Amino acid sequence: MIKALNQIGRYFLMLKEVFNKPTKWVVMKPLIFKEVDDLIVGSMGIVAFISFFIGGVVAIQTALNLTNPLIPKSLIAFATRQSVILEFAPTFISIIMAGRAGSYITSSIGTMRVTEQIDALEVMGVNSLNYLVFPKIIAFLLYPFVISISMFLGILGGWFAGVYGGFISNDEFIGGIQREFIPFHIFYAFFKTFLFGFILATVPSFHGFYMKGGALEVGKASTTAFVWTSVAVILVNYIITTLLLS
Amino acid sequence: MIEVKDIEKSFGESKVLKGISTTFESGKTNLIIGRSGSGKTVMLKTLLGIHAPDAGTISFDGRIYGELTPDEKRALRTEIGMVFQGSALFDSMTVEQNVAFPLRMFTNKKTKDISTRVNEVLDRVNLKDANRKFPNEISGGMQKRVAIARAIVNNPKYLFCDEPNSGLDPETSIVIDELVQEITKEYNITTVINTHDMNSVLQIGEKIVFLKNGIKEWEGNNEEILETRNKSIVEFVYSSDLFKKVRESLLAEEEENHNHNHNNDKKA
Ligand SMILES: Nc1ncnc2c1ncn2[C@@H]1O[C@H](COP(=O)(O)OP(=O)(O)OP(=O)(O)O)[C@@H](O)[C@H]1O
Ligand SMILES: [Mg+2]
Repeated sequence: MIKALNQIGRYFLMLKEVFNKPTKWVVMKPLIFKEVDDLIVGSMGIVAFISFFIGGVVAIQTALNLTNPLIPKSLIAFATRQSVILEFAPTFISIIMAGRAGSYITSSIGTMRVTEQIDALEVMGVNSLNYLVFPKIIAFLLYPFVISISMFLGILGGWFAGVYGGFISNDEFIGGIQREFIPFHIFYAFFKTFLFGFILATVPSFHGFYMKGGALEVGKASTTAFVWTSVAVILVNYIITTLLLS
Repeated sequence: MIEVKDIEKSFGESKVLKGISTTFESGKTNLIIGRSGSGKTVMLKTLLGIHAPDAGTISFDGRIYGELTPDEKRALRTEIGMVFQGSALFDSMTVEQNVAFPLRMFTNKKTKDISTRVNEVLDRVNLKDANRKFPNEISGGMQKRVAIARAIVNNPKYLFCDEPNSGLDPETSIVIDELVQEITKEYNITTVINTHDMNSVLQIGEKIVFLKNGIKEWEGNNEEILETRNKSIVEFVYSSDLFKKVRESLLAEEEENHNHNHNNDKKA
């Protein structure tokens, strides 16, 4: 417990150092582009795939559970929209990203640690935390964009499964997704997406940066980072939901 | 000039440096020697501030490292070049980008000037046609030379090399030793080199600090090291396999020449 608190303290000290003493813009700019490419663009494929099929499954599950003929079919679309926008896109995809982008971040920074590349940066007088972590945080500012694509594809998947699976007509579905639209839900979803993006950039970085040992430990650190990133996402999700929706 | 006073460093229970004091003068190639595991790397990293010493002070031309503000420390570090034992090249960058890195980071030079300078130093370490390659595409010895090029590209005031010629062939080793000594003189750099290569010791050992069991067992220069009666030093110098082999082959060569001359004499 004390160890955990100690780690959390170190995490916040790390964040302070990340924003301290920035790296020259000419050096930073290409780093940001590289991170956007690796972390955001590189994740689009898996995010698109998962979103589409999860959206489809949500629609099918809802349809199969709607046995009462008094309940309108458009509820299938409504339920799909709600669950995709509120949870599946922001939270579920973030857990996937903790595995995909997170382990990439931890292992790449961890490898730099064990091969003394971080020491080399520090010896030159570079703020290595700023150099390594800041571009990742900036890249993740595009994360809400990823999530909005996920939302769109999730609903599209629901439409596809619903209409082509013969559960609901096209008109009913379109009507359903327009039902009881609450703009605040969009704010809620993107607000937490933004926080998840920050967690995805920083928690795996923390585990890579402060790891000790050799190549074997890089693997272990990636696993630990995945666990803690997911835990952080789930806890923040719970807190934000309690604060904003209830 | 770097002055080291009573530095101590432990990792957990094991005390690696037990109070070491010495001076490394500028314009000289200073060597730290000792057996594997004697604490050379730890000593160098402590000088660099990668490891904080548990006790003692390190001063760089009067600037006591432990008393500097973080900004002053960073400024000091831009005056330092370091060659790590494992090279520590940035593996996401090409050879050229690795060497250019300190210049892009800390100078306002134009891209063209940077590339001129990069090629100049790559030339000096005898490395051509590797500019576009990545560190994992070149040999260990080539990586070492890239690391040396990166360390000297921004004209450091202090140069630290952790076994700069381990993994190099003897010929390149000599080239590297000479290069390091040359630039040390040329720019009046304070150079500190870790080595257990007796060749380097004899060739460029203007000041030699011998570490044993975490203390400074002996210090002197490359002439004194051959004359000293210090038992540990004598053991260290003559335990070197290289030394023995060179001696053996010299003897063999002498013999051969002798026979050769003998034959020639017969013919004549
Ligand atoms: N980060 C560390 N944590 C714990 N112990 C360490 C650490 N670094 C070095 N040591 C210990 O300090 C001692 C000296 O190691 P060091 O790497 O300085 O040896 P060396 O003289 O450089 O040897 P070599 O010639 O093989 O490079 C060793 O016993 C090593 O186990
Ligand atoms: Mg060493």
